[in-house]
Amino acid sequence: MDGMNPASLILSTSTLVHLSPVDLVIIVFYFVLVLAIGLYLKGRANTGEDFFLAGREMTAWIAGLSFLSANLGSLELMGWAASSYQYGILAAHWYWIGAIPAMVFLGLVMMPFYYISKTHSVPGYLKLRFGEPSRTLSSISFAFMTVLMSGINMYSMALVMKVILGWDIHFSIWVSSITVAIYVALGGLRSAIFNEVLQFVLIWAGALLIPVMGLIEAGGMSGLRARVIQNAGEAYTHMWGTMGSADANPMGIHWTGIVFGLGAVISMGYWTTDFLVVQRVLSAHNLRAAKMAPIIGAAFKMCVPFIVILPGLLGWAVLPFKLTGEDVAAATGGHSYNEVLPLMLARYCGPGLLGLGVTALIAGFMSGMAGNVSAFATVWTYDIYGALIHKNGTDKQYVSMGRWCTIVGVIISIGTAYLVMHFHSIMDYVQALFSFFIAPLFGTVILGMLWKRATKAGGFWGLLSGTLSSVGMWAWVKVDPSALRYIAMSPHARDMAENMYRALWSWLVCVIVTVVVSYMTKPQPVEELRGLVYGATEIPHEEQVAWFHRPVFWAVVVLVIFVILQIIFW
Amino acid sequence: MSSDTAKSGMTISIWFFIGISLLVNGVIIFGAGVYELFQPPPADARVVLFQYHAGVWWGAVLAVLGAFYCWHFAPSRTKH
Repeated sequence: MDGMNPASLILSTSTLVHLSPVDLVIIVFYFVLVLAIGLYLKGRANTGEDFFLAGREMTAWIAGLSFLSANLGSLELMGWAASSYQYGILAAHWYWIGAIPAMVFLGLVMMPFYYISKTHSVPGYLKLRFGEPSRTLSSISFAFMTVLMSGINMYSMALVMKVILGWDIHFSIWVSSITVAIYVALGGLRSAIFNEVLQFVLIWAGALLIPVMGLIEAGGMSGLRARVIQNAGEAYTHMWGTMGSADANPMGIHWTGIVFGLGAVISMGYWTTDFLVVQRVLSAHNLRAAKMAPIIGAAFKMCVPFIVILPGLLGWAVLPFKLTGEDVAAATGGHSYNEVLPLMLARYCGPGLLGLGVTALIAGFMSGMAGNVSAFATVWTYDIYGALIHKNGTDKQYVSMGRWCTIVGVIISIGTAYLVMHFHSIMDYVQALFSFFIAPLFGTVILGMLWKRATKAGGFWGLLSGTLSSVGMWAWVKVDPSALRYIAMSPHARDMAENMYRALWSWLVCVIVTVVVSYMTKPQPVEELRGLVYGATEIPHEEQVAWFHRPVFWAVVVLVIFVILQIIFW
Repeated sequence: MSSDTAKSGMTISIWFFIGISLLVNGVIIFGAGVYELFQPPPADARVVLFQYHAGVWWGAVLAVLGAFYCWHFAPSRTKH
């Protein structure tokens, strides 16, 4: 879910930042600490429950911060800072409407079913609800896309380190991936989660100074706004005011694409069914913690634009030169949008602070990669190996397989990174492949949880047809770019709009096919749906706690703040 | 004992590790900031807003926060 094109960074040859020995000490200390945590936890991952679900004993805070941190992939910070320079404050939609409602929905509505069913994974829930074919389709697509995406992110990050610091690409790939492989293989999900929480704190410690110093230089929020309007234009300061028409905003998208495509489908699909993030919440120690974790994650997610979007906007306000696209930057020797965050880092951060800022970037990459490999290991072990290859394995055998899978997953990621290094076009195809599954999977899971009449055949054919329709629309635009005007419903639509509307249509296809096929097939007995579907499941009452400890109270608080933010930045 | 460590019999909380990280990084950054305070780099090598000495106060904030976490979540305090 990032917005930069790192492949083109290879065209750049200059080094943006020069590290001092103090900075290197901070970076080395970070690597030592994450490995120490992995070693400390290696004796705590002996059973399947320990290795794959961290013993289901995490507090709401730890599960919630880890849930958010696993999403802070390799280029999250730099990518969205670049997007905010390119598109203005519109980029914040991906943090607010593109995340907050979905996270609250996961906590209050969906988490009880995931948690009560005691599933190890999202494909595991599909097996319980819709049978083996749906699980097989979902698990194979998830497992392979996850390690491929991990490899692409690894390559992208190595490229970024080369451009920012002048580090050798091979050095960055091997050092970071071996470190992740060691600490996840040793301590399983618990080690991944502990390190993700540490990485989350370091990201904030390293990145927070940029907006603080930037606002001082720009003259506060009012000074920032005045300078952005002067240098970029009024449209860069509004989140909704320019969304009435696709040609009135820098992103070229209508508000329906953001609300229905991004808010209702893509973000719901990502935050509620992508096992990479859901796995963290499944590790919570009780149902109330499992419901609170995504809400805590949502509260922090609302704050992330402060360290990601604001630096991009500050780039317009304080940098003495204008940033451009990659091609123009390479031709003119200037700087591109993608370099806005390191430029701001180098602008304000001296020795020590610079090391912490670079550590924040590395931590973002490693938390995303650890999320990928731990989710891959779980889905491979339980939903592919345990379901199709070795059905009656012991718990010990599955843990052993999980450890090996972690290492194999990292090796495949490294292989993908080298493949992408030589064939850049693969990157676009794999990123597109990943997007094919998210929206239809959300359609299948949400109908499975909320509609008793949905049948096994309905679930499978809905998921398959939704995915194929997404592939079809993508291929249509590839072959005939003018088709975008039909899919995105506007002649002014741009690339970003295509993703929103393709997700929306493929989700609708999935839902319609699921409903039609379900009505054509025999309904499942209610006894088979207990613990899986709303209306057939008795949700356990939460223990008696004060109102301010209840998830629903904090969900309302988060949603009220979310609405206020939309009004402030309208 | 915090519940993230309770069931598994672990004695070190994740927050203690975070405390160590913040404390060590804070002390290093504070030290580098103080050094620059007394041995400032040449004017053309200074960061923007150098006069605010961000390394000194940001390093101090991180170190104090880290020290509090180390103390509050120290294995000797959380173990019963």
